[in-house]
Parts: sequence; structure tokens; C-alpha cells
Amino acid sequence: MSYVTKSPWVIHYDGSSCNGCDIEVLACLTPMYDVERFGIINTGNPKHADVFLVTGSVNEQNKGVVKQIYEQMPEPKVVVAVGICANNGGIFRECYNIMGGVDTVIPVDVYVPGCAARPEAIIDGVVKGLGVLEEKRKALASGQLTAPAAPEESEQAEEQEAASEENGTEKVEEKEEA
Amino acid sequence: MITTIISVVAYVVLAPLVGGLLAGLDRIVSARMQGRVGPPLLQPFYDVFKLREKEDITVNNVQDFYVTCFFFFVVVTGAFFFAGGDLLLVIFTLTLASVFLIVAAFSSNSPYSQIGAERELLQMMAYEPMVLLTAIGFYMTEGSFKVKDIISGGAMDFLPLVGVFFGFIFILTLKFRKSPFDLSMSHHAHQELVKGLVTEFSGKTMALIEVAHWYENIFLLGFVFLFFANGTIWGAVIGVVVCLLAYFLEVFIDNNFARMKWQVAINSAWLVALILGVINLFIVYLI
Ligand code: SF4
Repeated sequence: MSYVTKSPWVIHYDGSSCNGCDIEVLACLTPMYDVERFGIINTGNPKHADVFLVTGSVNEQNKGVVKQIYEQMPEPKVVVAVGICANNGGIFRECYNIMGGVDTVIPVDVYVPGCAARPEAIIDGVVKGLGVLEEKRKALASGQLTAPAAPEESEQAEEQEAASEENGTEKVEEKEEA
Repeated sequence: MITTIISVVAYVVLAPLVGGLLAGLDRIVSARMQGRVGPPLLQPFYDVFKLREKEDITVNNVQDFYVTCFFFFVVVTGAFFFAGGDLLLVIFTLTLASVFLIVAAFSSNSPYSQIGAERELLQMMAYEPMVLLTAIGFYMTEGSFKVKDIISGGAMDFLPLVGVFFGFIFILTLKFRKSPFDLSMSHHAHQELVKGLVTEFSGKTMALIEVAHWYENIFLLGFVFLFFANGTIWGAVIGVVVCLLAYFLEVFIDNNFARMKWQVAINSAWLVALILGVINLFIVYLI
């Protein structure tokens, strides 16, 4: 018996959504759809979340944020990409700052298409995600699930180092100019 | 002696069950008030078992120790209470437990939980005077701080202590962390402090905090019960009914108020303690 499928807590992050999908996500919480019937709670805290709902595509500015939220969530966790923007970039795909779908940054488990995705589709996506969640829990319990954070962290650290180096050199140059 | 042991064991075993069921009812009633169906009755238990299945992410190992202490002292508080112990000892142990939770939140170094911890301190300042006045009230009417004597005492303490009773109901909103005074952490998602005090706790630690709150709620309802217990079965029945009414009053208030500022929490709690509590005690003293 597993409880992870009975109380999936959701964190919702708006990548570069036009707000259409966000409104539909929030619509799931209203009396009309009432996802709390399935024990689903919308938490604002990645550390309490089991399901990561991302709406909108990821852009160069917020890819770090998306990664960080994902890393802060304790295993087992699933990522649900809501709306065609989150799936592959959608109508924003060609924009200069858009990286594409959420899967360009973090592994995505369930893709919910639609523009905007309907509340029924979103609920369906989360329920599909529960199956993945259960598999991951089993893997975690038997020790097969390896933390994916390790290589990413070192990448991030390198990026940060590079960034700080850049900053450092910039400052030096500025001083020389002065 | 044996009855004492039985009641302590009953508390330790039953309090989380009853507390969890009450929490489930709370969520269903809240949902119905908002025109929703709401989760199953056992949802709080599912949540806690779910949290126990999650990976451990700890910011700082010492925080788990503090949270365990919080849990332990909350249980001890209730055990003292249901063993018929001294009310003052009970109150001080409860304060100690709250301090452990606050220290745990401070130790996690997150701005959200630290501001939550500061607000929790303010909340303690707000409700502590009224809790002490309640204990003093019982002493003045029954001549003893011992829960055992108060429960078996002949008269219903509600009648002379009616002001103190309503003062205590007022601060229950603070203790149950209900709106308008859920400053330090809210049961509902999305507030400006994320999850306030408990933002940095996840997995098993969070499960422990949840269960500790169930224990705490039952113990606080025990306080409400004391006002009506007079050693007879009728006193006990009235006590339990009033406990349930008080709980649903808090749920009702929770659903009908937006959160207020901490100034309002402190001012109103102290004003209530002063007007309802002190004047009531003064009258009892004169009589
Ligand atoms: S999928 Fe459509 S509705 Fe959703 S964020 Fe993209 S453009 Fe907006």
C-alpha cells in the first residue's frame, strides 16, 4: 500500500506562460473541479511538493529557477508539463530567449497538450503522473533510484564559477579603465 | 495510580487518532463551506504516511533533533495533563515544546522560516497571558492547580469562569493556527512566507510536526473540557460537546476571516485577557 498516490501535493511554476494555462491550473482548485477530492493540495513550497506542474516554456532567465525548484523537491517526484508551450515551446518557440519545452532543462514525466490545456486534461495528467510517482517510490524503496542531482549540481557549480570569474574580470577591467 | 497510567496510555495512543480525524473533519467542513466536496475523512493520515515515504532532505542535522524534542515535549505536556498533574507544569512544558519548534525553524537559516519563527514568538507573547490567567482562574475556584482535583471538583467551573472561558476560546484561534491569526504558518497553501515556520521541514520531520499538532490540539481541547468537568457523567458529556463546538467554531472563524497583522493579534489577545480574564478573576476574588 502506497500513500504517495493518495496525497500528491502540487507546486505550480509559471515559466513563460501567457497565463492561459495558469488560469486553467487554478481552475482545477475551484468548486467546479475541486482536486482536493483526490488529496491534491497546491503548495507553494518545493520541499513539500510531489508533483511539479510547469506551465509555459522555459526561457534563458528562468531555467535556473526551474532547475532549482526541481532539485529542492524530495524524491519521489514527477514533473508534469502543462500546455503546448511547456511541451515544446508552442507559439513562443521561435522567440530569441526561449529554450523550448520544459524537458530542455529537467526530465519531464507527463506531457499535457492543449492551448490552453483544459482542467480535465490537467487533472488527467496529474493522475497519470501518480502512476509514475508510485514507480519511483518503489524504486526509491528498493534503492534503485539514484539521485539525478549530482551531475547537475557540479554543472551548476561550474557555471557559477564561470559567472563569478566573468564578474571578477569585468570588475578588474573597470578599475583599469577608471 | 492505575487509572493515571491508563489515561496517559490512552492519551498517547488515541490522541493522534482523534486529532487526525478532527483534522480530516476540519478539511471536509472547510471544503463544504467553500462549496466544494473536499478530501476523504482520512486524508490527514494519508498525508502523514505519504510524508514518511518521502526522501529525507535536511538543511541542517540539528533541526531534526529540535523537532524530535518538540514532538516529545508536546506528548509529555499532554501526558502530564491527562495524568491529572499540575496545570502550571503543563503550561510550562508546552511553552518549552513551542520553544523547540521555534529554535528548529531558526536553525534552518531560511528567511521564510526565520520570519515564521519570529512571528511564532509574537504569537506566544499574545496567547501566554490568557493561558496563565486560565490556570489562575482554576486555582481560585477549585483551590488547586492539579487537573485531578479540578476534574473531580463538585462545581462546574464554567459558571464562575465564564469570562476566562471565552478568553481561552479566543486564544485557541492562535493556538490552532487558524485565520485571522495564522501568522507564523498557515494550513492553507500560498502565503507570503511560503509555509512559514515549517518551510524547511520535509519528509519524516514534517510528518512528526503534523502528528505533534494533533496531540497539541487534543490537549488544548482537554483544557476546554476542564471548564465543564464536575465529576459527573453529565459534566463530561457537556464538556465533550462543547469541545467539538469550540473546534468547529474555530473552523468557522478560519473560513470567514482574512489574516490580520501581528499588531492586531497581540493587541486583541491582550485586551481580551485584560477585559475577560482579569475582570472575571477580580469578580471571583470578591465573591
Ligand atoms: S499553451 Fe497556450 S494557453 Fe498555455 S501558456 Fe502556451 S500559449 Fe498560453
